Amino acid sequence: MIAILDYGSGNLRSAERAFALTGQEVIVTSDPQICADAHGLIVPGVGAFEACMDQLKEVGGDLIISKRVARQQPIFGICVGMQILFTLGEEKNGSLGLGIWPGSVSEISAPILPHIGWNSVQVAEGSQLFEGIESQTFYFVHSFAAKVPVPNALNSTCEYGETFIAAVEAGSVVATQFHPEKSGSAGAVLIRNWAKSL
Amino acid sequence: MTLVKRIIPCLDVSGGRVVKGVNFVNLVDAGDPVELAKRYDQEGADELTFLDISASVEDRKTTIDIVRRTAEQVFIPLTVGGGIRSADDVNVLLRNGADKVSINTAAIMRPELINEISDRFGNQVLVLSVDARRGRTSSGFEVTTHGGRQGTDIDALAWVEAAISRGVGEILLNSMDADGTRAGYDLEMIAAVRKISSVPIIASGGAGSISDFAQALGAGADALLAASVFHFGVHRIADVKGYLAQQGYPVRR
Repeated sequence: MIAILDYGSGNLRSAERAFALTGQEVIVTSDPQICADAHGLIVPGVGAFEACMDQLKEVGGDLIISKRVARQQPIFGICVGMQILFTLGEEKNGSLGLGIWPGSVSEISAPILPHIGWNSVQVAEGSQLFEGIESQTFYFVHSFAAKVPVPNALNSTCEYGETFIAAVEAGSVVATQFHPEKSGSAGAVLIRNWAKSL
Repeated sequence: MTLVKRIIPCLDVSGGRVVKGVNFVNLVDAGDPVELAKRYDQEGADELTFLDISASVEDRKTTIDIVRRTAEQVFIPLTVGGGIRSADDVNVLLRNGADKVSINTAAIMRPELINEISDRFGNQVLVLSVDARRGRTSSGFEVTTHGGRQGTDIDALAWVEAAISRGVGEILLNSMDADGTRAGYDLEMIAAVRKISSVPIIASGGAGSISDFAQALGAGADALLAASVFHFGVHRIADVKGYLAQQGYPVRR
């Protein structure tokens, strides 16, 4: 069973449908027990970093996530759901993230922002997440990103104005800055690749 | 590695059906929105846009139902516009499968709506739809409302700048002079908005011959929206992308 963490942020229905394609049961919930028992936990996120953190804490999502990290249970963060795994978000006045990974999330240096649309990814060598879809494009919609690779992890990157981290595979914790649930057939393959690892 | 140029079919929905006219009048039926959305997804559309062009109370419910049913069928982003007057309206659409929303007249009437939506959901969720035509404002481009039927005396470029500073993430620039004519996008208008816009521009209105798409990109558009040429089979999305690739523009295939 895959749980999608419902903390009032993100296109939950899109995520639900896309992850249901894996054949697994998908539950959209903020129930701590269901989230703890799930084979995989999806952390979606749309909007501002600080607002997402506030909403996440309101439902106890910060504890749900850190417990799963401690037990090495699979987590998949999407977009702002990836960003909040880092220590600091520089959006607006700056706010603390969950600090599971070191480093900050800052504005991309590009003449036109947000970065909206389909872009290719420089896939890290040995990536299981991108297996078979290394040359595909994925759907991004964001202005902020992590720029420094996560240590001891596979970091795949994207180029828009500058290089930023497009996806991280760090043991049980996986995250993408793009939206696999909106990335057509390539996104569906990526989701299946992840589900196979559960 | 490059961000590709997006091709976005637009479904103008009224009474639960896709309709299309010329300069926003003489509407004819162009099919079932869910079926068309599915077809465009399969044909390689990069995003889909739904505009509820009647936006009566009854049509709002229809639109939400269509959004939900479409989200069941497609795995590309959906933008929904028409009749959005509050951040709560946006929440309802996002919870039913929309990924972005577009606002137009309501933001002209009450510009704070832009802040209210972007503060809650981020500016990347918000597309400002600008229906503009040649007019006597300072830049020569005037904002219209009610599907191009009413002038406002608001300068289109000044409005775009103000809206970006309030927090819109994209500009859907619709030429009322060109809409439905298939005489080509309004290249001067696209170029003028490109100069002052720090956010992506979706060009709309006037797509006819296949070279029109490349010209709009040349004028500075980041994405291209078209309706009738796709609905009525004048061009297929793959053919447009093939042509753009030949012209050296990055596309998703």
